[in-house]
Amino acid sequence: MNNSVSNTARLLWAGLRALLVLTLVTGVIYPLVVTGIAQGLFRDQANGSEIKSDGKVVGSSLIGQSYNLPLKKGQETPEPDLKWFQGRPQNGLGTNSVNTQYKLILSGATNRSADNKDLIDWVTAAKAAVVKDNSVNGYTVKPSEVPADAVTSSGSGLDPDISPQYADIQVHRIAEKNGLSVAQVQKLVDDHTESRTLGFIGEPRVNVLELNIALKELAAKS
Amino acid sequence: MGPVLAGVLQLLALIAALALAYVPLGTYMARVYSSDTHWRFEKWIYKGIGANPNTEMRWPAYLRCVLAFSAVSVVFLYLLQRLQGHLPGSLGFKAIDPDQAFNTATSFVTNTNWQSYYGEQAMGHVVQTAGLAVQNFVSAAVGIAVAVALVRGFARARTGELGNFWSDLVRGVTRILLPLSVVAAIVLVACGAIQNFSGIHEVGQFVGGHQQWNGGAVASQEAIKEVGTNGGGYFNANSAHPFENPTPFTNLFEIFLLLVVPFALTRTFGIMVGSLKQGYAILATMATIWVGFIALMMWTEFAHHGPALQIAGGAMEGKETRFGVGASSIFAVSTTLTSTGAVDSFHSSFTGLGGGITMLGMQLGEIAPGGTGSGLYGMLVMAIIAVFIAGLMVGRTPEYLGKKIGTREIKFAACYILITPALVLIFTAAAMALPTPGHSMTNSGAHGFSEILYAYSSAANNNGSAFAGLNADTQWFNSTLGLAMVLGRFLPMVFVLALAGSLAEQKPVPATAGTLRTEKPLFTGLLVGAILIITGLTYFPALALGPLAEGLAS
Repeated sequence: MNNSVSNTARLLWAGLRALLVLTLVTGVIYPLVVTGIAQGLFRDQANGSEIKSDGKVVGSSLIGQSYNLPLKKGQETPEPDLKWFQGRPQNGLGTNSVNTQYKLILSGATNRSADNKDLIDWVTAAKAAVVKDNSVNGYTVKPSEVPADAVTSSGSGLDPDISPQYADIQVHRIAEKNGLSVAQVQKLVDDHTESRTLGFIGEPRVNVLELNIALKELAAKS
Repeated sequence: MGPVLAGVLQLLALIAALALAYVPLGTYMARVYSSDTHWRFEKWIYKGIGANPNTEMRWPAYLRCVLAFSAVSVVFLYLLQRLQGHLPGSLGFKAIDPDQAFNTATSFVTNTNWQSYYGEQAMGHVVQTAGLAVQNFVSAAVGIAVAVALVRGFARARTGELGNFWSDLVRGVTRILLPLSVVAAIVLVACGAIQNFSGIHEVGQFVGGHQQWNGGAVASQEAIKEVGTNGGGYFNANSAHPFENPTPFTNLFEIFLLLVVPFALTRTFGIMVGSLKQGYAILATMATIWVGFIALMMWTEFAHHGPALQIAGGAMEGKETRFGVGASSIFAVSTTLTSTGAVDSFHSSFTGLGGGITMLGMQLGEIAPGGTGSGLYGMLVMAIIAVFIAGLMVGRTPEYLGKKIGTREIKFAACYILITPALVLIFTAAAMALPTPGHSMTNSGAHGFSEILYAYSSAANNNGSAFAGLNADTQWFNSTLGLAMVLGRFLPMVFVLALAGSLAEQKPVPATAGTLRTEKPLFTGLLVGAILIITGLTYFPALALGPLAEGLAS
């Protein structure tokens, strides 16, 4: 009996020593070496791919943001600033503690199922809003033209991109609000549309922050 | 090009990449576990451990080492979280509550990586890199070690010796997981995954105001998270988070990483038992199920049945624009058919049937190709069952790889396959019968039940993904899921090692005309059938109440 207790103790002691040695290798040396290489070779990426506008850091090219008007008194959810291209929905998720509304304190999805009543309401409302906001003088958005990404929340809640289709239906509104021609804005969108990597990996997309930075420059010039 | 075609091409590219890596990696791993020489670096480690890496162990000794190392790991990781408030580099985060710390400790030690905490709001640099990420390495290495021990059981004769656990553990880390992870981490950083030790800081926004960012050793953790089929995300959004998985390329790369070791291990197996064809038969079984599941997933996700998805015009809820439906489907199937559980899109918002496919993948026992090591030993146990069934049909004592599958062996195999279904179904039934666990559901009806069935399927099979609407940070879920993870990991290992010991003692029986040829396509077909029928019969009633009810209603 005594023997087996001391055997067990010896085994646990060996286990602890193994864990500590391997912690040193994989938990200290490994991350430090990778950090060293990363900071040496890929400084920008390793620190979050920051992006500047007018010389100021305005976020990361990888992380989505909200483009809203300042909160008015008594308002709970701010209204979108329609002067700028809008990203994927963030409305209607205020009660879900996991959705960050792009604040990045906490990333995550709504996790609502396809038959969930809330989700049905949110998608329906988002679709109506996209149609209403983007239908401007002489241009009407049909509900069937609204792509899925325009009315659904992403997995991270921080999606930096929208589909080219969603960018396209915003072009007339952006042109009108910024006093630009539709052709100018459409060209901007086309220039910022990234196709699939190597032609087949992922989906075509438009980075909303980069697009808005370019839009700001274009609007300032004209 | 349409999204469906792009999805298929991504699958083909993935298969091509895995095929290219298969021979060199599989051969290399066989050398790693057969070599007599120790690296100088490894000798230092053995000195640190105080173990002789050349001592051969019989199965009880091997098992005791697995259990002792894992027990120490659980305690260590538990204490690390409990002491977080006093550790440097904790970003101001406090100690984790006891029930959640228990859950997280068991979760990472068992290679599950179920997370009832929010990474960016709970875990500082020290716990993430020196606690959680370390278990990403060692739990994966333990899995491979046990698989290799079973393979040695088939390969060796008239001995009970299965190798040395410490040597298998250390070599798995130093020769396989570390080199792969270093390369993978650097690729990920180059593409935009972050790797720094800055604290929580504010960054300006385009329209004014600030965003709050976490720094962290994300790329290094992301790499081993996939290579070791762990799946515990640095951030709550896991591989959907752009800092973990920034581009369509990294997405495909991460899927590759989480599949490459489990698939290549079938070659390691083939080499070690002296018949590459036996390895190919196992590989073909795994690949058939994996490709079949992806095809089904793409079909249901592109069809996007379900009221909300129909209104939206596509199954994009919980999915990232840069990945789209196709790549997200491949990721979801790959992560649930391995023990990874990382997600690049949120399974709870998949179509009803799509969610069911992810659940069934885990319920198969994660063997196609399964976790690092655990996939191979799980599949070999199923192969024994299949051989046994075939033996019953023709009335012969079954054999596999020149070893007789007698009463003892079949008892061990049967116990193995009963454990996880028992855990899943009993805990799910208990959670549904009790008044309070149901309060954790976000969705109601069939999908609410699915959240709980998914949770226990994920925990008992050591997957770690979730229908994440479930609020799992309650005492009930933290404790029962923690228990399911421990029992679902280590009880099967007991039977696998006992089986290995029993096989290693036998003398080989020569193949005769009546021997079932287990390297032939016929056997692959039999094995696929046995897996689907056994799992199907076990889980059909539960699946009918959850994902099937939801999927067929929409």
